[in-house]
Order: sequence, then C-alpha cells, then structure tokens
Amino acid sequence: MGRLAPLRSRQGHERADLDSGKTFGRYLDVDGDGIPWRTIPGTHPTKGAFFSRGTTRNAYAKYSEAGTDYVYNMERLRRKFETAKKLVPAPVLRKAAQPTRFGAIYYGSTSHAMSEAAALLKDKGVHVDLLRVRAFPFADEVTQFIDEHDVVFVVEQNESGQLRMLLLTEGDCDPKKLVKVLHYDGTPITAGFISGRIASAVDENKVSPIRKVAS
Amino acid sequence: MTYLAKPKLLRYEQPKNALGYTRRDYEGAISTLCAGCGHDSISAAVVQAAFDLDIEPHKVAKLSGIGCSSKTPDYFLGASHGFNTTHGRMPSVLTGAAMANRDLLYLGVSGDGDSASIGIGQFAHAMRRGVNMAYLVENNGVYGLTKGQFSATTDKGSKNKRGVVNNDSPIDLAALALQLGATYVARSFSGDKEQLVPLIKGAMRHRGPAIIDVISPCVTFNNHPGSTKSYDYVREHNDAVNRLDFVLPRDKITTSYAPGTARRVVQHDGSVLMLRKLGTDYDPTDRVGAMNYLQERSAMGEIVTGLIYVNPESGDLHTALNTVEKRDQVEHHLRILDRLAACRPSAARRRGGCRRIGRAAAHDAGDQRAARCPAGRRIRPVPA
Repeated sequence: MGRLAPLRSRQGHERADLDSGKTFGRYLDVDGDGIPWRTIPGTHPTKGAFFSRGTTRNAYAKYSEAGTDYVYNMERLRRKFETAKKLVPAPVLRKAAQPTRFGAIYYGSTSHAMSEAAALLKDKGVHVDLLRVRAFPFADEVTQFIDEHDVVFVVEQNESGQLRMLLLTEGDCDPKKLVKVLHYDGTPITAGFISGRIASAVDENKVSPIRKVAS
Repeated sequence: MTYLAKPKLLRYEQPKNALGYTRRDYEGAISTLCAGCGHDSISAAVVQAAFDLDIEPHKVAKLSGIGCSSKTPDYFLGASHGFNTTHGRMPSVLTGAAMANRDLLYLGVSGDGDSASIGIGQFAHAMRRGVNMAYLVENNGVYGLTKGQFSATTDKGSKNKRGVVNNDSPIDLAALALQLGATYVARSFSGDKEQLVPLIKGAMRHRGPAIIDVISPCVTFNNHPGSTKSYDYVREHNDAVNRLDFVLPRDKITTSYAPGTARRVVQHDGSVLMLRKLGTDYDPTDRVGAMNYLQERSAMGEIVTGLIYVNPESGDLHTALNTVEKRDQVEHHLRILDRLAACRPSAARRRGGCRRIGRAAAHDAGDQRAARCPAGRRIRPVPA
C-alpha cells in the first residue's frame, strides 16, 4: 500500500529515500496494492518531481502511447480497487434469529426503517438476514452474502434501483436473485412499506405442493 | 515524436544562473506542436524567465487544462511538478494545491478554449478569489487540436481558414480579469519575446492573481488573411502601452531613463517594475482607466499589449483566509492531527485512551483549555 510516513516527518523521509536511490515512479506499483507512492512537491531539487496526466503515460509519468503502458495502468487501477475494498468501511451483517434463505441489502437512510421492518416480518414468521453496505467498492462479504441466499431484496429509495445495478455489475450475480424494493414517492421509506413488499414477495416465492388427484 | 529524447550534449560553457543551473535545466521534453507554433515561443519565454529569476525548478508547480496550450507544460520546466488536469479545471486544481502548499510558485497554463469557454467559471473565480498564481493564456483564437473551430476569443468578423466569418462577440480575457479583480493584468504577443519575458517575470514575482493573455498565432489553422490572430495582423495592430524592465530586489537599475519616460512600481517583495512609456501617458495603476482604455482601443480594432494593470500592494487568498504561513506551525498542527487520527473513538473509549491521546494533543498544542477528541469527549487539560 502507498503507506506514508507520519505527516510531520514525511518530507524528511522522502528526501532520504530519494537520495538513497530508491526508484520513484508516480504511477509505479511498488508493493502490489495498486497504490503508487507519491512525493510532496518541493522536497528534492532533482528527484521526485512528476507530471500528473491522464492515461497516455507510463509508470514514470512520462508521455507514452505504448499499449503495454496502457495495459499496465489499467491493471494497476484494478488492483487499486481491490485494495480499496479492504480499506473502506465494511458492510454490517445482522443475522436473523433463524437460518433463512432470504436476505436484504440496503444502505444509508433506509437503515432504521429496515430494522423495524425486519422486526415486523419476524412477527409474521418471515426471517430475513440483513446487510447494510457502507461503501463502494463492495467488500467480498457483499458478494458472499448474495451467494448464501436464494433471494436478496435490495431496498433503496430511488426509481431505477441504482444499488442493485451496482451489485449486478460488480458482483456478477444472477439478476433474478436480486429483487427490487424501491421507494420513490418523495417521502421517507417506512417499515410498513418494506415489510409489505417483502412479505408479498415471500408469498410469491412459496411453492404450493402439487396435489395428486386420485383416479 | 515524444519518444525522442533531447540530446544530452551541451554547448561548452553554457551560461549559469546564481543556482548553477543552465537554461537546459529549465527546459522540458521536445515539443510535439506544429513547427512555428506561437506556444513554443511562450515555452521558451517561460524557460528564460525562470532561468533569469534563479527559480528552483522543484519549487514550481505548473498546472494546465486541455488543449494545444495545455500540452506545453511538458515542454518547459521538466524538473518541476506538473498536473495536466481536465478541460477548463486548472484553476480549481491549482487553487487546491496552492492552499495545501504555499511554498511553491504556481504557474497556470491555459488556452482560449480552456479559459474562455470550458473553464470560464473556473477562470473567473480564481481571479476574484485572488489565488496567488501566474496565469498564462496561450490565446490563438481557435481550437487547434480539433482542427480550427472558432473559440470564444475569436474576434467578431474574423475569418476561419475556409473563409467563414465569426458572428459572435469575443471575450477579452484581460478585460474580464481586470473586472474580476486580478491584480496584475498584461497582454503580450508570442512573437515579441522582448516584451513577453519581463512580463512573465513580473507575474511570477507578483503576489495575487497575475494573468498574461498572450496572443499566440496558430500557424496551422489561424494564420491567414482575414484572421485577427495571425502574426501579420497582430504585428500591424499591436498597441503597446509600455515596455517593462523587470529588476530583482538584489539588482541595481543600470538602465538610465530620461525624466518622465518611465514609471517605477515596486512589488511586495521589493522587485521593481520599470515601465517605459510608449507615446501615451498610460497609468498602469489606474484600474478604471485601464478598463476604459482597453474598451476604447478594442473599438478601434487595436490590440493593447504591455502591462495593463498592476496593484503592487495586492494580497492573495492566503492573506484573505489568514492561513498559517510558517512550516513549523503547519507541522505542529499536523502532529496534533496525527495523534487525533490515531484515536479511534470506539476502541479508545474501551481503553480509556481517548482522554490520554486528547490530553497529549492538547498539551502539544500548548492549549491548556479543554479540548474535545474526535469521539466528542471532553479532554481535561494537562498541567504544563
């Protein structure tokens, strides 16, 4: 990771590192986490300066249109996202009282209504595991949560199901598995709304036994 | 041809400045612009100015947007820090960098499309906020990278290469900067290095927003008869209000000026702007007069060049916000932040460490008043 020395001594460390001959490249992934090191401008008179620019450059921030440099940049950015997954706030998992094949994913201001809705559903005998996502890129726990459940309700307050779309593109999961629970009439989402939608969806998911008619 | 490196051979005994650097030390990569492009002359002028002022290259941050002009920071000051930002967003990125690190010389490089169209909002607010920067507009009146469409600084009635006449009114960036509160406003011509270099020097040593609108003909798309940004047109219609001699505080004024022929302006750092008068009795410290003069001459089809306006007593954004000036003070505050960042509210509460770290931080701050840690808990003062 692009770990930096404590703020107060960072500049001194950098200068010593550069003088010792350490290789510095503004976009060079030194330790495999996809996050290159940086220097503080004005630190060293001859080393450590860099020119930030778009994607047409190599790992040393020099102009380059070479395909290999572009591939290097793109793959580094992918690694950077993988690293970011571990650094951003982790999702919060709340298991239902009983093992269940239903899960719900939500975020932000939906949280309180979701907690209340889970309690209402429990009273009706519907148990739902809850996962509150707190950051993007999604941690591996999010994909794992989807894999562990047969049906996952994605509860959010917009018309297009933006979180669900992110989950589909990032998690590479089955779209049929992610059921939209969308609230977008301008008022805050309520526990009654969520529990109602989930309860009716659970009813639809119930499989009625096939009656055998004796002949 | 960017893969071509500059030859390392040096002319024997190249002149060196006070830091021991040659002009080559202020150069950058080989230009990829068209041969004869005015922008390359501006790059050369920047190199000359930085060399003459004994500027340490690593103490310069050069920022640009997108366009032919914004490519040029790659061609000068190769040992400086650079940031090729998104289109028209250079002023914002520069403002942020300048607020974070005030020790650098900030050089904003932009073009007429980047500043007068895509980033006009950014340009306007950087000027009115008083960001301490030297803002160079390499103004060719066309979008060169996209093959010569009119830009917002193209004069009304000017023709493009195919003979199409521009019907839109032009934006005069120098006039706009004056109106918005820039404290060093100049216009020059890339074909007049003698005029341009001292203006860049003055801008680099000015405190506050300094802008130079440099008319820089585009040899490929805007250097034909009918264009008002061609080499010939600018030479014919150039109305220079003064000639600037820039003198560093350490240097003596060696040129002799006949009484009444030059005006002396001393900037905040002691550098002297000796403004040789050219014909008219132009006063570059009269803002309203400058605005009127620009409008009058513009109506006559003239291009006013030279140092149009300067306020030697200007402040900047740091002055306005009363930011911390000394590095040790900054580091002192960063040390406190380091400690507070180490205080994770939940863990610290469990350990009772919140108070400990908070007290240490308060002690570091030399502040015996009660402070609060990030968890919101009150920190008791520590006896000195």
